[in-house]
Amino acid sequence: MRLFVNVLLSGVAQGMVFAAIALGLVLISRATGVINFAQGAMAMFTTFLAYTLLEHGIGYWPAFVATLAIGFVFGGLVERTLMRPLQGKSPLNAVIVTIGLLVVLEGLAGSIWGNTSRGFPAAFSQQGLAIGTTRVAFSTFDVFTVGAVVVLVAAIVALFRWTNLGLRMRAGAFAPEVARLLGVRVGRLFTLGWALACAAGSLAGLLVAPVSSFSPYYMDLYLIYGFVAAVLGGLVSPVGALVGGLVTGLATAFVGGYLGSNLEPMAALVLLLIVLMARPQGLFGTAIARRV
Amino acid sequence: MRRRGRRPVLYRSWVAVGAASVVLLAACGAGVGWTSGAGAASTTGVTKSSITIGATVPLTGPAAPGYSEIAPAMDAVFKWVNAHGGVYGRKIKYIYLNDKYDPSTTAKLTRKLVLTDHIFADVGSLGTPTDLAIQKYLHAEKVPHLFIESGCNCWSTSKYPEELGWQPPYTTDGKILGMYIKTHFPGKKIGELYQDTEFGKDFMKGIQMEVPASAIVSKQSYDVTTLAGAMTTQMAALQAAGAQVVAMATIPAATALAMLPAYAIGYTPQYVVDNVGADAPTVGPLLSSFTQLATKTSSKAAAAPGLLNGVITNIYMPAESTATNPWIKVEKAILEKYTTTTVWKKHGLDGNTEYGVALGYTFVQALQAAGKNLTRTSLMHALDTKAKSFHTPGLVPLRYSTKVHYGYMGSEVVQETTAAGTFKTPAGTWPSTKVLSPVYTTTTGRGPVKKYTGKVPSVPKALAKLAG
Amino acid sequence: MTSARPDSAGPVTASPPGTRWPARAAGRVRLPRQPLVRNLILLIAGAAFFYVLTTSVSTYNDFQIGEIALYAVVLAGLSLLTGHNGQFSLGHGAFMIVGGYTLALLQAYDPMNLALELVIATAAAAVAGVVVGMPAARLSAPYLAGVTLLLALALPQLAAQYGVFGGEQGLTTTPPIAPGSLNSQQWLAWIEILCALLVVLVLSNLLRSRFGRAFRAVRDDEVAAALSGIHVARTKVLAFSISAACAGLGGALLALSVGVVNTGEFPLSLSIALLAAMVLGGAGSLIGIWWGAVALVYMSTWATSLSKQLALGTSASAYLSDAIFGAVLIVAMLAAPTGIQGGVRWVLRRLWALVIGGPPTARAPGAQAAGGRAAGARASGREVAAASANAGSAGPAFADGSPTMQSTGPSRHTEEDRA
Repeated sequence: MRLFVNVLLSGVAQGMVFAAIALGLVLISRATGVINFAQGAMAMFTTFLAYTLLEHGIGYWPAFVATLAIGFVFGGLVERTLMRPLQGKSPLNAVIVTIGLLVVLEGLAGSIWGNTSRGFPAAFSQQGLAIGTTRVAFSTFDVFTVGAVVVLVAAIVALFRWTNLGLRMRAGAFAPEVARLLGVRVGRLFTLGWALACAAGSLAGLLVAPVSSFSPYYMDLYLIYGFVAAVLGGLVSPVGALVGGLVTGLATAFVGGYLGSNLEPMAALVLLLIVLMARPQGLFGTAIARRV
Repeated sequence: MRRRGRRPVLYRSWVAVGAASVVLLAACGAGVGWTSGAGAASTTGVTKSSITIGATVPLTGPAAPGYSEIAPAMDAVFKWVNAHGGVYGRKIKYIYLNDKYDPSTTAKLTRKLVLTDHIFADVGSLGTPTDLAIQKYLHAEKVPHLFIESGCNCWSTSKYPEELGWQPPYTTDGKILGMYIKTHFPGKKIGELYQDTEFGKDFMKGIQMEVPASAIVSKQSYDVTTLAGAMTTQMAALQAAGAQVVAMATIPAATALAMLPAYAIGYTPQYVVDNVGADAPTVGPLLSSFTQLATKTSSKAAAAPGLLNGVITNIYMPAESTATNPWIKVEKAILEKYTTTTVWKKHGLDGNTEYGVALGYTFVQALQAAGKNLTRTSLMHALDTKAKSFHTPGLVPLRYSTKVHYGYMGSEVVQETTAAGTFKTPAGTWPSTKVLSPVYTTTTGRGPVKKYTGKVPSVPKALAKLAG
Repeated sequence: MTSARPDSAGPVTASPPGTRWPARAAGRVRLPRQPLVRNLILLIAGAAFFYVLTTSVSTYNDFQIGEIALYAVVLAGLSLLTGHNGQFSLGHGAFMIVGGYTLALLQAYDPMNLALELVIATAAAAVAGVVVGMPAARLSAPYLAGVTLLLALALPQLAAQYGVFGGEQGLTTTPPIAPGSLNSQQWLAWIEILCALLVVLVLSNLLRSRFGRAFRAVRDDEVAAALSGIHVARTKVLAFSISAACAGLGGALLALSVGVVNTGEFPLSLSIALLAAMVLGGAGSLIGIWWGAVALVYMSTWATSLSKQLALGTSASAYLSDAIFGAVLIVAMLAAPTGIQGGVRWVLRRLWALVIGGPPTARAPGAQAAGGRAAGARASGREVAAASANAGSAGPAFADGSPTMQSTGPSRHTEEDRA
């Protein structure tokens, strides 16, 4: 029973992190049809910047906010400089550019900050919450993780649903040509999509770093599972990203806890295949075939 | 690189014995490194004034953290030797290439080292799968494959006579720690956490030779290629099984990722960790910020003695914390003077840099023992017959013989505890080590764990001078 | 529109002897004879080129040329899959594993002729390709990317679970024994080169056959392809299986070349590097794959020496060489969106125009011969139609916009048949 509860809770916490990465991927994918393989590396890079800020004695929360802001600007810059020239070209080219960016960022981080693994501070205590006399695998920091991701998803959904900007973003993603004709500045919206996605990524980076060995490569596997979560959720829906992340997190946790951790990727693969066989467009995806 | 393709012949006897293929290689000439010619014998990679050796190590990629410091530390020893005139007038040139721990890259780069850099020997290549990918090739080319940085039980075979391990085989680690568990934690429930590769499996083989099977209540593993974050599920399973002692064969990052969630769920077993994953200055930084509240401290906060404190492990070289040990003094002096600033300033003397210095010095001793007339045969002969008298930092002498090609096969059990004091590295302040047992030796097979009563190799005078 | 009815179920049949050009007017597009002849000539020319090259360079370069050839085999399959069929695999390393382990197991338990072993390894990967391709056929690109990515991550671990695969140590392979007085490294390189040239020959003919047209029709518009009688799912599975077979052959060759096959040899990063190299060379181009393969083998060496010249501390310079590698990828994609081969073709076309003075035509650069169109990554059918119309190469120039069936249909086939 205790094992079950702990596995369940750790799956939830893990799933929320996957969801945050998936959210970033979804924001970019729905706006531009590109899978951003540098999502994790960009988060890694901004988290290293946060690390530098912390080392210089800046408090955690100012550094936290600064990191999200840096991520926002960074995402916009990447869109403007690297993605914009490829607009109208095959999305595959953009995907390859993001792979290049991934390699560049990991190389740069390694040469700037060195290649030791190190610890990264958490916002709150990582001691599990006490229920009666026993502690469960869910800490105050995990509560913060879940809260932060849920709030982020809710904010994005609200942005899309209830604001004028969100309406234009949806229009720009759905039919860029038509939207452009109607006076929507689609290019700017793409930039905004990337900026938001990378801010979400930065959040994920800050949430993952304390529970992993913080090195230039610490986001690699999270990116893979985040991508699985995004695909499960349907690649277009922020809520889908949340659900996809949760399902992926729980599935890997239960398989790891009861069958063996080396089966986790296989479990994720089977899960993905089952869901996609039933719904080729993912849980929350639209039935329109998309292409890369 | 200057090509040394067309040099007079070496190893006439091997040519004679060698099959047609060997002759073919020679006939096809360039790059293979030895073509026939009359005159004095000479050796690939060796001139009157130089010895060229090479290695493949991960300098970047997920396997690089920590391990990328070993080769520069080795190079520091060679620089020290070169600054003092080299070995028999020959300066050592060490070419280490980045294989990113990818065996096919290792295979490619090793061919480069052999065919275009014309190395005399491959010294200190890192990793089990990576070295396995080149053993056959180096054997075919008769290149000594020395001091493999892996404790796999696979380096001492008659099939590959040029191949030598160096660190204790993981099974001997497991047996020594297993015996300690058996005698000091009788009746306790034992759990296993191991990396799902030869490293973890060989270590647990050793544990299981000593610890009764009935005492082992849970076996958990992790896959190093898919280890993303905290191993909550494994630790929760060990806790649920009631394991009071957890034997671990983990790399440093995995040690941290196991202790972290265990702490979170209030699970505090006695950890018994293989030396690979227990080095405090390496594991510590991963835990250092963990027990602190981030809002109050920066990430370079004080160490987390809470988590590492009390960990039991084994060591086969003097502990970094024993500042008065002459070997430790010497190692520090070499690193301080002959490494690039990044290595020394960021790492100081930790498990990896100590490993590099010791391994580099082992090679220097081997060259000295091989004598003035250096050939691959004379080097291998020296290692097979004289290694037991080498002065290296091990707690036991090197074990090499014509039959055994493992290096150190003994270690002592220690505990990392603040009760013994603390020591500092550039990464932080760490609990010192307290010796719990005498030095033991054993074999990879069923042989008993024996107390070592012989001499502990001392520091040679030339080195001692360096430390002042 | 009835003119092109590629039927994926039928066998590849050559046109009757004497028919040198496909009788377009007669309403059937057949495999032309001539390209086959030309491809054979190219094959022989390629073989001669490699013969001279391998005999004049050092043994280590022979090894590297062999590696280029084996990666070219893998990239050829990937290029077919993505460039011609519009599918997107991030996990071709998984099929390399199948090929590599099949070869090693055969050598361990039932050694036979190397050629036969390679064929069986290829076939095993092809079967694996069918198994993965069947569910994959239902998925659009990003979803397929997710599935294949996980496959590349999960398969090595599965292999590590079973003793028959030798665990982490893996299995050793026996390199072929060189006949006569040949250098064994050179002999292996020749085997690898021969495999690569054969694969390119087979694929370039296949891509000109009805299968190739079916692949492209499905890529451009599945609905239109289905309406013109193509079994869409079967076509996709076939393309996937062929590309998996190529990866399997490449994996088997890699196993031979390394001498050992183990799970560490096929990391996820390899699969991703393969995709990047394929696009870098020029997706869909069977010449472009060679650029991609050269980049895979040599780029890290170049980046390492470049970063060493910048004279930094060791670990920093190693990381810098990684960064340079990535930067080259980015710059190449921005400078030549159709890949290196696209860039080369563009330059050649310009040069041709300068020399001849006439308008550049698609036929001009000989590079096109091996099949595969320049336009690297796939664009939508309309864009392709418009592009080919602009290039002035296709027979009937039609404006874009008309039903997709038309744009996927005969016009591009005629272009390719003539090219």
